[in-house]
Order: sequence, then C-alpha cells, then structure tokens
Amino acid sequence: MRYHIQHQTEYQYDFDVTLSQHMLHMTPRHLAWQNTLAHQITISPNPSETSQRLDYFGNSRLYFSIYSPHQTLSVTSESTVEVLPRLLPASLSQSPSWEFVKEELIQHYNTHIEAQAFLFSSPKAGRHHTLANYAAPSFTPGRPLLEAALDLTQRIYQDFEFDDQATSISTPLSDVLAGRRGVCQDFAHLMIACMRSLGLACRYVSGYILTTPPEGQERMIGADASHAWASVYCPDTGWVDFDPTNNCLVQTDHITIAWGRDFSDISPMRGVVLGGGAQQLDVSVTVTPINQY
Amino acid sequence: MLSSILNEYPFAANSHNELLQSPGTPRPHWQPLIDSLSGEEPAEMRKRVENVRRLVYENGLTYNAYADTQGGQRPWDLDPLPFILPQDEWAHIEAAVIQRATILNTVLRDIYGEQTLMAQGMLPPALIHGNAGFLRPCHGIPQPDGVALHMYAVDLARSADGRWWVVSDRTQAPAGTGYALENRMVISSVFPDLFRDLNIQRLSGFFASLRDSLAHWGRACAYRQSQANPNIASLSPSEQPLTVILTAGPFNETYHEQSYLAGYLGFPLVQGNDLTVREGVVWLKTLAGLKPVHAILRRLDDIFCDPLELNAESLLGIAGLTEVARRGHVLLANSLGSNVLQSGALMGFLPALSQHLLKQPLMLPSVATWWCGEPKALEAVIANLDRLLIKNAFLHTREIMIYGQDLDGAAREELIAQLRANPENYLAQELVKVSQAPVWNSQLQQMQAQSVGLRVFACATPNGYIVMPGGLTRVASSANKRVITMQGSGCSKDTWVITPELKPNTPSLLRKTTSSAGLVHDNIHLSSRVIENLFWFGRHSVRSYHATRLLRTAIHYLLDFSPEHRAVEWPTVKAMCIWYNLMPAEEDEENDGNYPLFAEDENAIECLLIAAIFADDSSSLASHITQFFQLAFSLRERLSGDHWRLINQLHLRFAERHSQASLSEALAVLDETNMSLVTISGFTLDSMTRDQGWRFLSLGRRIERLQFLCILLQKALAMPAESSLDWLLELTDSIVTYRARYAAQPEWLPVLYLLLIDENNPNAMMFQLRGLVKYLSQISSAYNGGGGEGRMMERMESLRAFDVDASFHHNSPELMSWLADTYQASVEISLQLGHRFFSFSDTTAN
Repeated sequence: MRYHIQHQTEYQYDFDVTLSQHMLHMTPRHLAWQNTLAHQITISPNPSETSQRLDYFGNSRLYFSIYSPHQTLSVTSESTVEVLPRLLPASLSQSPSWEFVKEELIQHYNTHIEAQAFLFSSPKAGRHHTLANYAAPSFTPGRPLLEAALDLTQRIYQDFEFDDQATSISTPLSDVLAGRRGVCQDFAHLMIACMRSLGLACRYVSGYILTTPPEGQERMIGADASHAWASVYCPDTGWVDFDPTNNCLVQTDHITIAWGRDFSDISPMRGVVLGGGAQQLDVSVTVTPINQY
Repeated sequence: MLSSILNEYPFAANSHNELLQSPGTPRPHWQPLIDSLSGEEPAEMRKRVENVRRLVYENGLTYNAYADTQGGQRPWDLDPLPFILPQDEWAHIEAAVIQRATILNTVLRDIYGEQTLMAQGMLPPALIHGNAGFLRPCHGIPQPDGVALHMYAVDLARSADGRWWVVSDRTQAPAGTGYALENRMVISSVFPDLFRDLNIQRLSGFFASLRDSLAHWGRACAYRQSQANPNIASLSPSEQPLTVILTAGPFNETYHEQSYLAGYLGFPLVQGNDLTVREGVVWLKTLAGLKPVHAILRRLDDIFCDPLELNAESLLGIAGLTEVARRGHVLLANSLGSNVLQSGALMGFLPALSQHLLKQPLMLPSVATWWCGEPKALEAVIANLDRLLIKNAFLHTREIMIYGQDLDGAAREELIAQLRANPENYLAQELVKVSQAPVWNSQLQQMQAQSVGLRVFACATPNGYIVMPGGLTRVASSANKRVITMQGSGCSKDTWVITPELKPNTPSLLRKTTSSAGLVHDNIHLSSRVIENLFWFGRHSVRSYHATRLLRTAIHYLLDFSPEHRAVEWPTVKAMCIWYNLMPAEEDEENDGNYPLFAEDENAIECLLIAAIFADDSSSLASHITQFFQLAFSLRERLSGDHWRLINQLHLRFAERHSQASLSEALAVLDETNMSLVTISGFTLDSMTRDQGWRFLSLGRRIERLQFLCILLQKALAMPAESSLDWLLELTDSIVTYRARYAAQPEWLPVLYLLLIDENNPNAMMFQLRGLVKYLSQISSAYNGGGGEGRMMERMESLRAFDVDASFHHNSPELMSWLADTYQASVEISLQLGHRFFSFSDTTAN
C-alpha cells in the first residue's frame, strides 16, 4: 500500500513570539516493511536554524529555532510512504508462554538488550498492581505470549469507549482505567503499562492510520489524526504491533513514525517559546491512499 | 585550666573513638589539640565559641533548611573543634576516593555511550532503564577528555573496627565544598597558632585546580563555537573563558554556599533566565548584549536544566541547553544526566566493576547494601527489616530514609507491600554504628562524644581526579543519632588533615599569568537580572533610610510635645508616614480635615509607631529592611565581605521580636539603624567599583531620594503658615548646614534653596538631578541610547529657571506643580529603564 500523508500543525499567538525552539518527531521511520518515497517538512516562518539527528530510540528528530518575531507558526510534514505486509508469526499460539518470556528477560537480559528499554516504568506508562490485575484474565498460566497480548487488545477494545472529550494528554492511567474511556494514546499507554506490570517488554508506537470515509462520502481533508498503538517484544520473533483502539494486529493500514517508551519520548511537536501570550493550536492530518490521489 | 578535659570524655567500646586510643589517652594526631586546650583558661574556649558564633552570624552563613521564602534560613551550626585526620590515614582515603570517582566516571560514560557494561552483564538493566535518573536525551553528549563526572562527593562513615565505609555517592551537583571552605575560614581564625603549627593541608589549591580545569575545557568549547559560527570570535590566549555557576535561585537550600563559591571563584552566579540559547551557543544576557558562555558549573538538578528536552515544566532551566551540550559548545559540569549514578543500588556492583575496569580491588567498601530489584535481596530485606535502613534506590526526588525497627504492624505491612510492588525502587542498608568524635558543649564547658560522618570532595582535572584535602565533617543531631544529613539539625566541623611538612602551594600547571592584554576594565558579564537587583538595592537602601528618619522624627514629636501642645506640623509628619505605608491611612469619616482621633489617644499613636517599626506585616520598617536584605542576598557574590557583614548585622537587628518595645528603646533601634544605613551607603560610595552595575545602583539611590523630596516638599508646602521647618531639615539631614549658614530660625526661602537648588548639598534636588543626568548619559553612550537623560536635563533647567524670590514661599503653586511633574518624570524614567534593561521575557512550553 502507498500513502500520502499531510500533517499540519499551526500555532496562533496573541503577541509576538521572539524566540521559538521546537523538536519534531514527524519523519517516518525506515523499516523492513516501510519505505519512505518522499518526505518534506515545511516550517513557516523560515527557521533561523535546523538540525536533524536520530534520537535515543533511532527516530528521526528535527530541532529548529526561529529568532524573528512571529505570531503564527506553521509546520507541515508531507510524506509518501509505501507499507509492505509484515512478516507475522505463523500463528500467535506458537509463541512461547508469557511466563517463559518474563523469566527470559530477567535471566538472559543481555541477549534481549533492545527489549530492556521498554520493560520498566516510564512517565506515562508505569507499572502498577491494578494494571496487572486488569491484564490477568488474558494472561492465564502457560498461555502463549502473543495470543494473550491479542486477547488483551480485544478486551481493551471491548471494555473501553473511544471518547475524545474524556481525557487529555495529562490524564493519568488510573483515571483511564476507572473511567473506561479515552483515545488511542490512552489505550496504547494502558496496554503498554499492563504488559510492563506483568514483567513484559512493550513499546509505544506513533504514526497514522488509514480511515475509511462513510459509505458514499468523499475523504475529508484533515479529518484524520495522529495515531498510536503498542508493540510487544517476543524472543525470536521480535516486535509485534497490536492496536487496541481498532482491535487488530497492525498490518498495512498503519504508517509508523516513531517509537519510544511512551508518548513523552516522541511527542510529534514539543517546544518552548519566549513571549506570545495565549496560544491556539490547530492540527490536521490527512492520510490518502495513493491510488485515489 | 582545662586539664581535666579528658576525664569526662567517654570511652565506649561499641564504636570507634576518634579521639582516644584508650581511656584517657588521645591518639597521637589529636594530642596537640588536647595539649593546647588543656593549657588554657576556660575563658579562652568561651571566647572561641563566641567568635565562631559571631563569624557565622556576620558572614551570613546559612542553610535554607526547608527551602522556603519565609525565613527558613538557619544559621550554619559550626563546632569550634576541628575533626582531625593523620596524613597516612588520609592518603588511603584520598587514593580510594580517586579510584571510586574514576570508576563512576567510566560507568557514567558507558551509560550515556556504548552501554557495553550492561551487555557484558556487569550492570543490570534496571539500574539504567528502570532508573528515572537515566535521561535518554542526554545519550551521546560528547565528554571532552573522557570526563563526565567533574565534581564528585562521597559520604563516609567509620565503623567500630576503625575502617571507613562509603554511605552514599553524590554525583549530580554535590553540595558542601563552599561550606567546607567557609568552615575553614572560621575555624582557622579561632585556632590560629595551632593551625599554623600543625601543618594543616590548605584547601585553596583544590579550588584553583577546579577553576583552571573548567577554564581548560571551557576554552575547548570556545574553540568549537568559533569554528562552527563565523560570528563568534575565537578566544585570544589572554582572554579567560566564561564560566558561570547555574543556581536554582535564592530559595535553594544551599544558595548561600553557591553565592559564596561564585564570589570566591570569580564566576558569575546565574539563574536559568539569565541565559539563552541561540545558534547552538549558550549566551549570558548582559547589559552589553549577549556573551557566549563556555562552561557551566551547575547546581541545578539534571531534569530542570532544559524545558525543551528534559522536564517541560521547569522554569529554572535553559531551553535548548541539551542541544548545545550535544554539539560540544558548552561544558556542563557535571555532564547532564549524572544523577543516574546517585543510586545506592549501584554500590553492590562496584567491587566487580573495579576489578573489571581497573583490575584492582575496590579500596573503600560500601556499607552493606541490598538492592530490592534483585529477588533474593528483596526476600532477605523483608526478613531482616528490623536491622535495616530502607532508602529509595534512585534519587530523583528527595531522599527517603525509613528505619525498619521504627515501624509498627500496619506501617510495616504497608512498607512491605510497597517493596513488593516496585522492588527496583528500593534498597536497604545495614545500620552502621558510626565513630564518635569530640564536639564542644558550650553549656557544660566540656567535650562530648558524638557520631560523625565525613563528606569528601573530588574534582576532575585534565590530568585525573584530585581530592580536597579536608572535607565537610557532619555531626549527627542529638535528636536522631542515626542520621547525618544537612537537613537535620546536626552541626558541622572543619576537617584538618595533618601533614608532616606542608608543601608550598604549587601553582597549577594549567595556570596562565595575566598580561596587560588580559586586563579587564569593566565587568562585562553583568546580567540583566543583576542590574535590576542593583537598581533596586539602591532604591531600597535609600527607602529604608528615609523610613528610619521619618519614624525617628515622628517619635520625637510624640516624646517632645504633650497632646494638647501637639505641634501643627504633626499631621504632615504623619501624612508622610502614611504615604510611605508605615501607618495605615485613616478612615475618611474620622479624618474630616482636622485631627481629632490620635491627638487625644497617646497610646494609640505609640502602638502605631512601634508597629510601624517592628511589625511582621509588609509595611513596617522591618519589612523594608528585609526586602533590602533579600536584594543584598541575591547580590551576595558582588558585595565585599565587610559590606555584606554590615547588611547582615542590620537585618539581624530586626530578626528578634520587639513587639513590647518602649518608645525610647525603639528610638535606640532607629538610631542604630540610621547609623548602619549611613555606613552601608558609605561602602557603596567608597568601595564598590564604578562599573555599569554601580551606575544602576546609584540611579536607584538618586531616583528614590528625588521622589522623597518631591513628596515631602509638596506636603510641607501645604502646612499651616506658622509651622516650624526644623523637622524638614532634620529629616533631610541638612540641619547642620542650615544652622552654620544662617544661625536663625529656618525660613521658607533659604530652606527651599538649600533643599532644591544648592548643588553642594548631597540631599538637595539639584544634586539628585545632576547625578541622574550624568549616569543616564553614561548608560546611553554605553548602550546606544535608552538612558532618557533629556527628560532629567529639562527638569534641571526648569529648576534653575525659577525666580527664587517670587516662587520659593509657603504654598507656592508653581513650585507644587513643578514637584508633581518632577515626580512623574522620575516614575517614567524608572519604568523606561525597566523596559530597556531589566525586561524579563516569559517563556511558555507548547
């Protein structure tokens, strides 16, 4: 599948901003199952300086600063990406038992080094016994890890209602768990924290997803949003992505931008401005399959 | 005679006795001190205690125990008796601390670099990935000469068998070097002979090496800056790199120490908003524009250093700092993220790391520590809770300490549940029966044995680590003998390392001598914040002075006149007090233009005046003095020791409660305060260098004085015609001049001439205007305008243009309106200076 993605962010400030510094995580990752065919980030006003490097997790991170006074800041990331079918385990039920994986991650930690960064509490996805309790019905004794993870994905999908008014990025997981409502970020964090609470390694993936417009209607420009899901580490297999918001294993509908321990590591746009007063933020994302373009 | 000094000193068998080797017999390295004390009169020691107390008070040596804004400062508690160590024992500690610093530095570089130690199985992943101190954005920051840990401190304690043990490592921004230095200044001055005769190792070499090492690495950063940025000139060999000390601000626990160090090392003390990041460089905002910073000795926690990449909530940091460090354009000491090492959980792995990295055994053992992140250790800890001290494994928040033996049933179960839920966050340490050293009890006039711990400091140089030959000895508080912390109320001691012969202070190899090209003519690194504080320092010193004299005048009126003969000037004096907020404004219905209320109630006026001087609220003289003191405190590193001592004394005078003071006692306090303020302004005039900072200070003084004259004369001109003018002259300190010139009862014309036109009277309006014009012009020419001297020039000319005979009289309308306009002009100048030079822009995260 080929996609064109336009991700537009605009800040309006009440007064002049005299110094603006930002970091972007908006460049798609190069992966075995994902090729970037074209990519461009346009910033207005023109940045005084930019610098691009890989962050700790290997994501592309763009730093820019603007020294000239401005009241509008707009950032547009445009990408053309090809997503290939991923090699998935022949059968989820063939994966090792989750208890085995848990022991393996401790006993042979230096053969699973890349999993270690995603095993412990992080700012937005901390271990907690209530989360372990929530996950427990899926993780019955001896159950294969990936089968249990898919079951957890399904349970989150069934137990929680998508509600973009119920939470904000600062809502703690305990509130999400109690209120049973939230958005994709919350469900991803919830799943990740559940896995970690059981002693398993799980990471946060940010990106986009193709949405299908209602029957008979045109694709609306800007109606999409950034998306997030969870990726589970399984020895021998590697990382397997689950999307609790859409109750599915991640395949060719998902475009991967970055991964980290949770949202706080890879927020698409983070910055500090000098001056400006109150600010208004407007974000729009459009994902278009290339054959319709 | 104190010959019986050792008779009462205990010899307990279950802990190491620092002083005695057997009952009644001191260890050889304590002998000279004991001999010296035994040979002197009891009064000597009393004098010494008094001197220590006085020096601590006068130097304003404090520790902000609770880091609050409401006078949480606690005087530093310093024992007059030093803690003494012999050379051979010290040599072992020194070598061991160097070894430990070397290992920790290697571990730190590995964590933020290749992470091979984890891959090799030498470090469990939880110590890195489960450690909130591990900051991923700091991964890959270059570390010049392989040094990431520039400043290191280690807390040591000695067990019953006489061996030293490590209790904790301090790797983020270790505190205590400044306190150790100040302890030394005080204690060496109360034992001058002993200090000289015993060949005590000096501390100054350590600080010289620290300064030179930071300059060495700062110079390399300056070179990289100029390579990357054509607009930045390279540093000439005679120019010193700019090193700053980054503080969290005056309410930080150890702010006093930071300002002392800044003054001692000659580094500007800056807060986050004094710095800004542009073009990959950290800049200091100074009056003269932005100056590139080359090295930052930080006393700010890692996560607060950069709101862009680290804690976004931080208002204390500098956005973009991490990126600058990553480019190698600024040296951060310590390297960002060094808090990751400040974990007791690491201790258990150090012996193996020492063998692995240095092929040496670890020279100083750590106190037995079990990290609960290891399942076996967790079970052992729970089984032996009564014998253990529980701490948090990762020090990203305030340290917690729980003694298992203190917990009853429910609290114990709660702790065990916490340990099981997040085992990697906890560790347990064995309780060590630490050694005891003599501490002077001034009530009992004798030595007592108390538990002590020693904090030792190391700093990195391009040639390896060096250790401060001494350290900060801390005494457990009597209330809790088990804990030795700075937050607790225990005292500290100077630490003496005795050497057989004192080596001359070898000049450090890095040191360059100054040539005439390197002479600095002005303090170019004045930050906008310092400028603003200097300006207000000037204003508040004069405002306090006016308030003092006003209250003194008011009390004289109260004491010298009976209510029925209350002078006609009294309402005006009182109106001035009200204008300066020293007294509450009267209710309108009670006022009625005349003065019935207080004239009859002597006691009410007296209470009001006492309150105006001493009350806790925000409008008393005491609060003026406190504000002045706080400004001085924030400028601590720019004031000479004597200057600071005077200000501190002034403040201390109001620290005691005087709510029951009589009028005559109050008058005595006002007289002393007046004297102190005059002496302080003498220091300002005579001993402060007249750089741009001084000009702003003087502007503050002149503006305050000018405004006082405007208000005072406007009110005085409206007094009843028969009013006496003596009090005006007294208030403006011009009475002596007047009497010498006229030898007659003051009259309006000569009084107004003396207070307005006479250029030779430093209290006159013309004198203020001339000064303002001069300093504003100097500032305008140095900074391309912005002074606004034209406005003041115009005021000066209009004052000169007055027809004195026609206008200088009681109730003169043209004079009243001139005074009102001048007041307005001064308010505008003050605002204009603020906009142009002080402006603090606010940053927000999005």
